[in-house]
Amino acid sequence: MELPLFRHNRPDRVVTFDEYREEGGFEGLKKAFSGMSPNDVQQAVLDSGLRGRGGAGFATGRKWSFVPRDLPGPRWLICNCDEMEPGTYKDRVLLEHNPYSLIEGMTLACYALGVRHAFIFIRKGYEKAAANLARGIEEAKQAGLLGEHILGSEHSIELDLHLSAGRYICGEETALINALEGKRPNPRSKPPFPAVKGLWQGPTVVNNVETLANVPAIVANGAAWFKGLALNPEGAGSKLFCVSGSVKNRACVELPIGTTLGDIIDGACGGMRDGKKFKACIPGGASTQFLKPEHWNLPMDYETVAKAGSRLGSGGVIVFDEGHCLVEATLNLINFFARESCGWCTPCREGLPYVKEILTRIENGRGEEDDIAILREHVKYLNYTFCALAPGAMAPLDGLLRDFEDEVREHIVKRKCPLK
Amino acid sequence: MIPETLKISLEARVASAITAREAAVDVMKELQAHYGWLTDEAVEEAATLLGLSPLQVEELATFYEMIYRRPVGKKVIHVCDSISCWCADCDKIIQYLKDKLGVGLGGTTADGMFTLIPCCCMGMCGDSPAMSVGGTPYGRLTTELVDEILEAERHKA
Repeated sequence: MELPLFRHNRPDRVVTFDEYREEGGFEGLKKAFSGMSPNDVQQAVLDSGLRGRGGAGFATGRKWSFVPRDLPGPRWLICNCDEMEPGTYKDRVLLEHNPYSLIEGMTLACYALGVRHAFIFIRKGYEKAAANLARGIEEAKQAGLLGEHILGSEHSIELDLHLSAGRYICGEETALINALEGKRPNPRSKPPFPAVKGLWQGPTVVNNVETLANVPAIVANGAAWFKGLALNPEGAGSKLFCVSGSVKNRACVELPIGTTLGDIIDGACGGMRDGKKFKACIPGGASTQFLKPEHWNLPMDYETVAKAGSRLGSGGVIVFDEGHCLVEATLNLINFFARESCGWCTPCREGLPYVKEILTRIENGRGEEDDIAILREHVKYLNYTFCALAPGAMAPLDGLLRDFEDEVREHIVKRKCPLK
Repeated sequence: MIPETLKISLEARVASAITAREAAVDVMKELQAHYGWLTDEAVEEAATLLGLSPLQVEELATFYEMIYRRPVGKKVIHVCDSISCWCADCDKIIQYLKDKLGVGLGGTTADGMFTLIPCCCMGMCGDSPAMSVGGTPYGRLTTELVDEILEAERHKA
């Protein structure tokens, strides 16, 4: 079956507006505007089982359903393209090949939610994606598919780009809202959740690029079709997996949800690099726990990966081989989180540098047996924060202590990194 | 002081925003492009344009990775040190850059050409190790490629 996201992709360039239309693009929009109510669109998304592709995996239709419809004043939709989770580059690849699925998906989401003005929040460094989107928005407007009186209806929808200046925390939805308002992008305390009080205190939905880009095909082909794309009964749709680390071909591929980890690495990526042995991987961006060789045949789906003790997350698969020290890998991740912490909540601001110091000590052969217990304590207590940055940072550390405690202890006992 | 034409275009940007401060990042970027970095004077000017206090602008300026509140070289090199680049031996590339440019992280070359700054994931994990020079991204770096890139960037306007 043809998967929805990459089907319009050309190998070496961005698809054109005409090509996208000829291949069935904007059919979902036409279908919705010629006979589906906003509720029908929302129901289709809910029934499809689409879950947030940015990392959290929350059901998209449910998220939309939290927006109160009876409040006066504007509602807002924001597309989160602040893709800065280490190991994650799927949204960039998608938008560099095709900006139209996102534009069409956002127009449909606006229609479903009663939103008149939406924003795409784009990270620094994604200028090519931004240029594609700016051009695509103009083309859609010219064709009457966006802007005033879409397809001759009473609905008018405006789409604007916000080009950020680089900071991981801006991808957290409440920080992103502050950033868009021109405030210092610290996360906000929840509740109230953005669906009730978000951008300029109005009801706001924040969805990831890949999530919204799935909406046109769901509307055009129906919820059952989308569900049927997955290889396992619990799953729905396809997923973009962007693979990096010790594989032969580091690639961003679209595969059915439920494809096994082994099939991603051996199939899409041509196997391990230089005949190395698979030691572990992080399946969904920096804030997920390790998967091990025993998970080789694990179907990559939200439920099954969660049952295996990790998260599907963003689909950013980072593969480690037998030569990689996972203490040092975890230290690298913690270093990232410590640097990107916005500093607002004390456990995150103070805790992460301390964890970094301990891991540095262990990696350099100066660790003590007590350090393991101190690290475990941090895993437990770094949850008391406004946002998920610190808890997310603790996921790989928790995984390290759970699955590779022997490797950590070996560092301490031998007083050096056993892999150096 | 910024030229009148830049001032007029920034005022237009602010006027088109839903609330003035929504344009803050755009204004800071434009002023930085004009001065080379976000000078104290630029912070004051941004504040006037946005109807904010200089302190409110400072809160934003110090937050973003790509807004420079200190003088930088003509081109800033952001070299990624996140996990996918680590897997691709970015430590070697970073060390090579330091040696070649004769600076530490955060330092600017004696000729004022390059500033070297580590950065977090650039979304180029499939082409790691990666860096950007003056905003242009480069991937699959080797020491030889770094030589070529720096040479070309030095002579590119």
